[in-house]
Amino acid sequence: MKSAVILLPGLNRDRDMIAALTKIGGKPPVTVWQTDTEIPDVDLIVIPGGFSYGDYLRCGAIAARMPVMRAVAEKAAKGVAVMGVCNGFQIVVEAGLLPGALMRNASLKFVCREVKLEVANADTRFTSRYEKGQVIRSPVAHHDGNYFADAETLARLEGEGRIVFRYAEGTNPNGSLNDIAGIVNDKGNVLGMMPHPENLIEDAHGGLDGRAIFEAALGRAA
Amino acid sequence: MTISNSIPITDALIASHGLKPDEYQRILDLIGREPTFTELGIFSAMWNEHCSYKSSKKWLKTLPTTGPRVLQGPGENAGVVDIGDGQAVVFKMESHNHPSYIEPYQGAATGVGGILRDVFTMGARPIAAMNALRFGAPDHPKTKHLVAGVVAGVGGYGNSFGVPTVGGEVEFDPSYNGNCLVNAFAAGLADTDKIFLSQAKGVGLPVVYLGAKTGRDGVGGATMASAEFDDDIEEKRPTVQVGDPFTEKCLLEACLELMKTGAVIAIQDMGAAGLTCSAVEMGAKGDLGIELDLDTVPVREERMSAYEMMLSESQERMLMVLSPDKEAEAEAIFRKWGLDFAIVGKTTNDLRFRVLHQGEEVANLPIKELGDEAPEYDRPWVETAKSALPDFSDRRAIDPADALLKLIGSPNLSSRRWVWEQYDTLIQGNSLQRPGGDAGVVRVEGHDKKALAFSSDVTPRYVEADPFEGGKQAVAECWRNLCATGALPLAATDNLNFGNPERPEIMGQLVGAIKGIGEACRALDFPIVSGNVSLYNETNGKAIMPTPTIGGVGLIDDWSKMARIAFANEGDAILLVCASPQWGTHLAQSTYMRDLHERRDGPPPTVDLDHERRAGGFVRDAIHDGRVTACHDVSDGGIAVAIAEMAIASGIGAAISLPTPGDSTPVLFGEDQGRYLLTVPRADKQLLREIVDEGAARGLVVAWIGETGGRELQLPGTRAISVEELKARHESWFPEFMD
Repeated sequence: MKSAVILLPGLNRDRDMIAALTKIGGKPPVTVWQTDTEIPDVDLIVIPGGFSYGDYLRCGAIAARMPVMRAVAEKAAKGVAVMGVCNGFQIVVEAGLLPGALMRNASLKFVCREVKLEVANADTRFTSRYEKGQVIRSPVAHHDGNYFADAETLARLEGEGRIVFRYAEGTNPNGSLNDIAGIVNDKGNVLGMMPHPENLIEDAHGGLDGRAIFEAALGRAA
Repeated sequence: MTISNSIPITDALIASHGLKPDEYQRILDLIGREPTFTELGIFSAMWNEHCSYKSSKKWLKTLPTTGPRVLQGPGENAGVVDIGDGQAVVFKMESHNHPSYIEPYQGAATGVGGILRDVFTMGARPIAAMNALRFGAPDHPKTKHLVAGVVAGVGGYGNSFGVPTVGGEVEFDPSYNGNCLVNAFAAGLADTDKIFLSQAKGVGLPVVYLGAKTGRDGVGGATMASAEFDDDIEEKRPTVQVGDPFTEKCLLEACLELMKTGAVIAIQDMGAAGLTCSAVEMGAKGDLGIELDLDTVPVREERMSAYEMMLSESQERMLMVLSPDKEAEAEAIFRKWGLDFAIVGKTTNDLRFRVLHQGEEVANLPIKELGDEAPEYDRPWVETAKSALPDFSDRRAIDPADALLKLIGSPNLSSRRWVWEQYDTLIQGNSLQRPGGDAGVVRVEGHDKKALAFSSDVTPRYVEADPFEGGKQAVAECWRNLCATGALPLAATDNLNFGNPERPEIMGQLVGAIKGIGEACRALDFPIVSGNVSLYNETNGKAIMPTPTIGGVGLIDDWSKMARIAFANEGDAILLVCASPQWGTHLAQSTYMRDLHERRDGPPPTVDLDHERRAGGFVRDAIHDGRVTACHDVSDGGIAVAIAEMAIASGIGAAISLPTPGDSTPVLFGEDQGRYLLTVPRADKQLLREIVDEGAARGLVVAWIGETGGRELQLPGTRAISVEELKARHESWFPEFMD
């Protein structure tokens, strides 16, 4: 049940993520700074949200080239669970751990609101505590969450059941293709998602819908 | 191009620095010689309205600024108020009006950046932000452009920095056609024993420059902000700074990390007038001189002159006095965050402000006098004439349901969702009430139950009609919004936006409003702990409506009991807490008269501060005892709009009755002050009786005005409106206007 949170300058939901992992996992995650070349032995690595390097150049592009991301890629190759949320999703895409791209929202505006997510695949180590087809609530807060991939990639993602979360009930906030909100890699151990489950895990947040992701990711590792 | 330090000082040059002939004479008397060009720039920066408060100081001194919880009042970067358990809330509101009109995105962004810096300079981690925005008429050709740019700028900076925006205001009025208002509020949390101040201590200590590099952006910004606009305003664009929220976020983390090491003796952010203002303030407050060597200042442009460096308003910069033995440790922290760190000077014991550049002494001025001897004016003022209560009896009849639908979907009362969904309202995971209610509420991290409530308020048309009553009302409404969540109001910050104070009628507005604010703050134990004055909000001689924005902070002991505006259940009784058995009487200056009858005449509703205090206490107690299922203050649009907002927020309908048969308009749409709507379970007859009796014992009218239930809102004497229709009207105006 050990987890690590990657820290990069400009990330700003790191504290939210650390709080969620601590409250659900029972102990705080270790933190790993961007210039570190090694990540301790953990069962879950999380890259939280924010604006790493100010989103300058392209969201996640600079962060993806920092030394710590080589270490993340090595861990991912060894099967360690990696979860990129929001800017973290953009970073793992830029690092080549997940296919596609996250473009500017179709509205061209930042959007922070609650959306509905359909659990499209409940057979991953992140979603096993949900039912397939279950619709959950989740906040989003991003400027560049419009998922895009070429037709071939999209067909493969769909065919292999790698789309794990879809915006449901007409709540797609960013124009992403096939309402994609979260995907996994071919081995199923790297998850990228735009919504923020870490902001819906306790009564004070007005709901607990996000907990099951962390319970699954941490619980399975235990 | 390099600007030489030996430019001759001519009358035209003096005037272009915003200095009046008598002010220049004061400089000559003070230093006994002609100032150098750089010195002239320094004086102009220190003595402009924005930095010196020369027109308002005399009146600001009359405001109550102390209280048992106040740890730091006005005069530092932000106010500090004790919230118990060894913690304090640090907050301030500040305007960025002029830059935002010239360049809306960057103007608003750097406004947010500046206020966040004010808060974390004091050692507090920012936990909440609000923005009070005022724009011209919706059909004015510049309005959409300004709204789009300002909202994107506020979001662009705050979202990236990582602070939740939990409240604010957006208002439209033709008086802002040529001057929009951007008032940014920020609050942070700090330990009471780790508050950092700007007062330098110790001679011969290093003065350290931290953060971003200095460029030519914003040179003369503070002077620009102290002048009126004319048709050549576009030429002022280069005086607007460019924000970099990424650097600011790094600066926050680096500063908080450094503060933990005990290395920081004094710290001051570089805001208006940059290096000049920050260095002079640190020295003057500590009774020390400061010597700066500009050759060591990190710059991002070549061949910058001393004048430009001293007046640059490049963002994301800090000046500190550091403990010399911690220099290496401090530098390592800043390098880790990729920030500049340079020793640019030292403290001295000669009370001089000396600036060296390329081997030349370009300035040598008495440091105390630069700040303290700034001109202070007792400007002539005339009291705003009071108007008599108009006779509205000849107005055409409007069906109340039609009136409500029109008001709830009007530019000023429609939902601001289009705006606040562009702000991150959830980051940090502590937001308990997001925008759209009476106040934003944020949990105090590390505590099970404690939370802070924030609200920003002013009703400029009331202030224009009667500055004194309007000033009182701004404070009272803010206080009321905090009470409506169950919070105990602690203290406030004021952001006074007015026209040209050299005109006696404008000065009269400022004086009247400050007197009203002071009276209300004293009566409600709601001290002003920080603030900002923005004058000269005029274009071609036309002033904005007087807009003294009040940002208030309240403390909630147990957030599980806090009240929200949404109806909680069907079948709850709706109670009105008010002063008058007629429930509502005052239509003059109401939104109803303005928007439906084009009448802007008459006096605003008066605020009975004694009633206000009793009503607020009663409501807070009822919420605290867990007897209230929902609560909303009654403000713009009166009872009808308040009920509609409660219905829209919940999807639950309501039916409302009248106290006596007759004209329902003043009851439904009057804007009498000191009123709240509460809901309580109807079935609990004893509870209801208790609440009404308790109100009566406190001299309040607590009237049962209706019940919740169904999916329709039934106002007296008209057709029922579905809540769905109300919601559609409420939500549609803003997106239809902007998209």
